[in-house]
Amino acid sequence: MATKKPRLGVWKFASCDGCQLSLLDCEDELLAVAGAVDIAYFPEATRSTVSGRYDLSLVEGSIATPHDAARIHEVRRRSRTLVTIGACATAGGIQALRNFADVREYAAIVYARPDYIATLATSTAIAEHVRVDFELRGCPISKHQLVEVISAFLAGRRPVTPPHSTCVECKLKGNVCVMVAHGTPCLGPATHAGCGALCPSYNRGCYGCYGPMESPNTPALTKQLEALGVDQSTLRRVWRSFNANAPAFRRESERHGP
Amino acid sequence: MSGIGTSSARPDRSAIFPIEALGTLFDALRGRGYRLIGPTLRDGAIVYDDIASVDELPRGWSDEQSGGRYRLIRRGDDAVFGYAVGPHSWKRFLHPPRQRLWRAKRHGGEVQVTAEAVPEERLALIGIRACDLKAIAIQDRVLTGGSYLDPYYKARRERIFVVAVNCSVAGGTCFCASMQSGPKVTETFDLALTELCDDGMHAFVAEAATDEGRVVLAGLPHRPATGDEVDAAAAVVARTAASMGREMPSEGVRELLLRNLEHPRWDEVAARCLTCGNCTMVCPTCFCTTVEDASDVTGVESSRSQRWDSCFTMDFSYIHGGSVRASPQSRYRQWMTHKLATWFDQFGSSGCVGCGRCITWCPVGIDITEEVAAIRASEAH
Repeated sequence: MATKKPRLGVWKFASCDGCQLSLLDCEDELLAVAGAVDIAYFPEATRSTVSGRYDLSLVEGSIATPHDAARIHEVRRRSRTLVTIGACATAGGIQALRNFADVREYAAIVYARPDYIATLATSTAIAEHVRVDFELRGCPISKHQLVEVISAFLAGRRPVTPPHSTCVECKLKGNVCVMVAHGTPCLGPATHAGCGALCPSYNRGCYGCYGPMESPNTPALTKQLEALGVDQSTLRRVWRSFNANAPAFRRESERHGP
Repeated sequence: MSGIGTSSARPDRSAIFPIEALGTLFDALRGRGYRLIGPTLRDGAIVYDDIASVDELPRGWSDEQSGGRYRLIRRGDDAVFGYAVGPHSWKRFLHPPRQRLWRAKRHGGEVQVTAEAVPEERLALIGIRACDLKAIAIQDRVLTGGSYLDPYYKARRERIFVVAVNCSVAGGTCFCASMQSGPKVTETFDLALTELCDDGMHAFVAEAATDEGRVVLAGLPHRPATGDEVDAAAAVVARTAASMGREMPSEGVRELLLRNLEHPRWDEVAARCLTCGNCTMVCPTCFCTTVEDASDVTGVESSRSQRWDSCFTMDFSYIHGGSVRASPQSRYRQWMTHKLATWFDQFGSSGCVGCGRCITWCPVGIDITEEVAAIRASEAH
């Protein structure tokens, strides 16, 4: 019985490509994915070109140029289900640091001919421009979660990517809390799960790569970070990294400086 | 049940064996087919894990605990059980974080479902304390006491060998004495030990309470304990009971909380609460799980697992349209009032054993005893 395989598109906006490479990094599952879907557009992996409609679009990257701001509407129009992958696509990425500064000033410093640069004043999440069916967090995303999202899409079920804190993942793994037992500043209590508590598993504090968890109490966590000796300028920086423009983290970083 | 700080030791049945015999005990248990789980040092804490020998016990170590803070410290002696409870409770072994329930495989048009087999492993719990033993008794009622029992928990639970230890130190966040759940072991055990480690003596006063415990004890080099040794063991427990880091008078807590469901203190604690769920994960009685389904890319294999869940997550109370307990106030109140109040209605006891883990391992040090005290104090005005 020959059934038509769902068409998959992988789209890149302003990003480092790391998240779409997670798909190629799947190794064990990659052949199964390639067998289950028709990879119709994936510039990092194939030479195919944009045409027709896509059953599942994975969108990487943020909207940072006028061209991309228009292109995302075309991707949405061609996609039945649109899933954003990674911190750029779900929160604007590290390039959203421009949102806190003057992008013209940056361009003047970096480029010999800044007038050649056509860019927006801000870097923003895909969901600020078009309707998004599902957001997969992380900088980079977890390849296991990506396979889970694709498997769930194929099975017609909801992906299992819980939005609770990273602490829950630490506790499931049996990690000793780095903040309580070592006094290491950690963003885990305010950070969305998904990485498998990677850094705390190696006795490092969480950097917040997966962005805000479902109900982050960032002021209360900041108070504890201060008690552990983190100063104001550092607080501004720890809340302002890959997910700087995620509203909860943005608000918190702005409490500690411009 | 004995009173707190008094001894229920029966001199005619207490034995004493030297520290050197602990290795013999471990060998005997391994010889009887048990996997040994006990305290050991890892990542700056005393955790429960597989232990191969007495050398892996945290000899000469203790801990310093307060709200949101835990540090290892050196003892001035060689005691092997001279610390309070650590970050993980024993539920990690009896009611593990993840438990697969079934797997299914598609063969053409047919689906074959295979239930996960119940475990046959036998665990020896080395160094379990009174509070944690009480917690297991509570989980027994929850997971095996009603019509719907958890066969995986039951199978593991029925096969354990309990080497309990009467606490020789109270941690900074311990309050078992006020919860009537320690520091002396009163729940069922196979062997209960009290470590005596001073004046050049290092030995264990031991009681056996089951046939298997008696057989194991009989195989160790031991002699009957003298009256002085039994008294010394009782004094260790009394000293511990008198040095609790916290207290939470349990009288009327249920009624206190249930008549203060709209108390301003819930708003106050919500301002500090991270809703991270750590308190529930480290609690030795919190038993809630969710189920997660998995299917592979090809759609051939799928499975269902249960996983620890927490009443602090939004998914926990999600029903059509959203989460019932969306605010942190409502989630903290749910946890605390269930633990200390409605647990009585549901399971006939408090859900708290005074181990203090929720205080120590809360990243911001929220203290359940302080929250109760604040609500109580507000009524006194």
